[in-house]
Amino acid sequence: MKDSMNCFKGSQAYVAGPELMYAVNVAIALEKPLLIKGEPGTGKTMLAEAIADALGKELIIWSIKSTTKAKDGLYVYDTVQRLYDSQFQEGDVADIKKYIHMGKLGEAFTAEAQPVLLIDEIDKADLEFPNDLLWELDRMEFYIHETKETVRAKYRPIVIITSNAEKELPDAFLRRCIFHYIAFPDSDTMRKIIAVHYENVEKKLLDQVIETFYWLRDIKELQKKPGTSELLDWIRALELGGVKVERIHDELPFLGVLLKKNQDFDVVCEIKEKGYSKKGWRV
Amino acid sequence: MFIEFFYLLRQHQVKISIKEWLDLIKALDGGLCGPGLLDFYHLCRSILVKSEVDYDKFDLAFAEYFNDLESPFDIPEEVWKWLNGGEKSKEELYDKIDPNAPRYQLEELKQMLEQRLEEQRSCHRGGNYWIGTGGTSVLGHGGYAEQGIRVGGESRYRSALQVANSRAFRDFRQDNIIDTRQFQVALRKLRQYSATVEAQRTELDVDGTIRETTDNGGFLKLVFEKPRKNTVKLLLLFDSDGSMLRYSKLCSALFQAVHKANHFSDLKVYYFHNCIYEHLYTTPYCIRGEWESTEKILNTLGSEYRVIFIGDGAMSPTELLRPGGNCIIGLYNELPGIYWLQRIRDKYPHHIWLNPIEESDWDYAFGHMTIGAIRELFPMYELSLEGIEKGIKKLLVNR
Repeated sequence: MKDSMNCFKGSQAYVAGPELMYAVNVAIALEKPLLIKGEPGTGKTMLAEAIADALGKELIIWSIKSTTKAKDGLYVYDTVQRLYDSQFQEGDVADIKKYIHMGKLGEAFTAEAQPVLLIDEIDKADLEFPNDLLWELDRMEFYIHETKETVRAKYRPIVIITSNAEKELPDAFLRRCIFHYIAFPDSDTMRKIIAVHYENVEKKLLDQVIETFYWLRDIKELQKKPGTSELLDWIRALELGGVKVERIHDELPFLGVLLKKNQDFDVVCEIKEKGYSKKGWRV
Repeated sequence: MFIEFFYLLRQHQVKISIKEWLDLIKALDGGLCGPGLLDFYHLCRSILVKSEVDYDKFDLAFAEYFNDLESPFDIPEEVWKWLNGGEKSKEELYDKIDPNAPRYQLEELKQMLEQRLEEQRSCHRGGNYWIGTGGTSVLGHGGYAEQGIRVGGESRYRSALQVANSRAFRDFRQDNIIDTRQFQVALRKLRQYSATVEAQRTELDVDGTIRETTDNGGFLKLVFEKPRKNTVKLLLLFDSDGSMLRYSKLCSALFQAVHKANHFSDLKVYYFHNCIYEHLYTTPYCIRGEWESTEKILNTLGSEYRVIFIGDGAMSPTELLRPGGNCIIGLYNELPGIYWLQRIRDKYPHHIWLNPIEESDWDYAFGHMTIGAIRELFPMYELSLEGIEKGIKKLLVNR
């Protein structure tokens, strides 16, 4: 990578695989949005924080909801306020600029230094949403009709987009992105991740916990597999609860931290009761 | 020439266009690529591939192109499969029809079962005559005979003509959250908002009203818009039990996805065993009595319903084409199964059939005759993400 200033190598609080780092750096170098997909709990959202942190840039987060419209991210024209002001003779109503408020995208465009813009869970919005943003993300500019002004990005923001694959994104949009799928971390990576969050976890405990955790994830009947954040919570709970290492695998204490669905709970309890050999439980 | 890689990728059905390719060239010219082949691989993948579904296709194409080079990615797919844990090869899974094997009709098989039950007094495994587990006898379970009566247990060759014991089909369950989700994504495309259909402007457009009102100097000016609602009604017909057992994971993923997708204006689910006759079952267990008459369903559900069949379509030709072909003992059908299929096709102009058997195997898998007959009636798609997407496009098109 030529430009060592903008080279992402993971951060202290975020363990990034080499593939992910590559994707991030390519996206930055090619000035294209980076689209991140992956199982819930693989740290998609945290990636943007880590990048901003590692490169020392401001992070602007635009969380998408099902009702979010593309226009909300650009600017909002507060026409009601303007009407009030005109009725009560307050302020200069002729100055429309006063009533234009920048959205998150607008904020990123007008920033004084290159920011990191996170568009979080883009697939929550309508199908049309990504396509409505094509021009803005491509050209990094938009037009304000009310003031007849064009807002152009002073510094092209680093755009990170996350998706949970709830909806498929349109091809035209995908073509403009660099794509990376974060696979669920394997046990070695998981150890690194745990090490980042908790400094001194006893090795024996860690071995047991990881073995049990991946065993649980292997149970095909589970509707919602536990993710990284659940695992981290579980370790904390086990430490605080002072559970003996030997008991972890057989008794599965604090199971509620890992499993969030009643049915999943029942499935695991059934396995426990029937005493199926835990390694061999595959249906 | 490097450009050949581009065509190779397209040949492997990785959806890439010139735009991505130029991006890649730009990145390479810009010196973004590291020294190793692995760096090159990551660079190519992150720019060219836009979905995790295509990662595998990309890997294959990459391996093919760089086969001569030293690379960790040139492990052939077959070896991967082999490593993945002893799944049988495709050839092994499908029956090669033995032209010399005697072809039994249903009645003959029933008689043979009775006859042998008389003769047989002991437990039996393997072999080719007695009722028992394994082996190639036409009677028994878990065997390899192409045709025959199954006495409980799992059919290994999907061909047991009769299931002569009480059924214990597990309810469709969610096995794989990724699959369900991907199906859900696909199903979400099955929608037609009434904004694009004929509808009256009945909903208050709040934003529009505020804009118009303020522009109007504060005097109220109401703006209405068409309501955006999905109008799609769905009728799902699941083949359950029997030869479908092996696909229960896949079917259950689809089933879950459909149930979670609450965007349909109406959803009706019925089950059948192998083929449709006078009755459609209301539960996947296909228990006598828990059913509704097919005639009644045809009369009550309007033709605006979109029909999706899920079934392997693999059965004995008698089950599809002859009166009395119903494979559940004691149920005699006056009209052949194909009559009911034709009725459904004629009543509902939007219909597809999803088949869990891989499309490439339709012509020679067990039941290829009936699959062929059904394909003449319904557009058939593979029960995979891709197949569902294609099918849904078909369902949405007005004929």
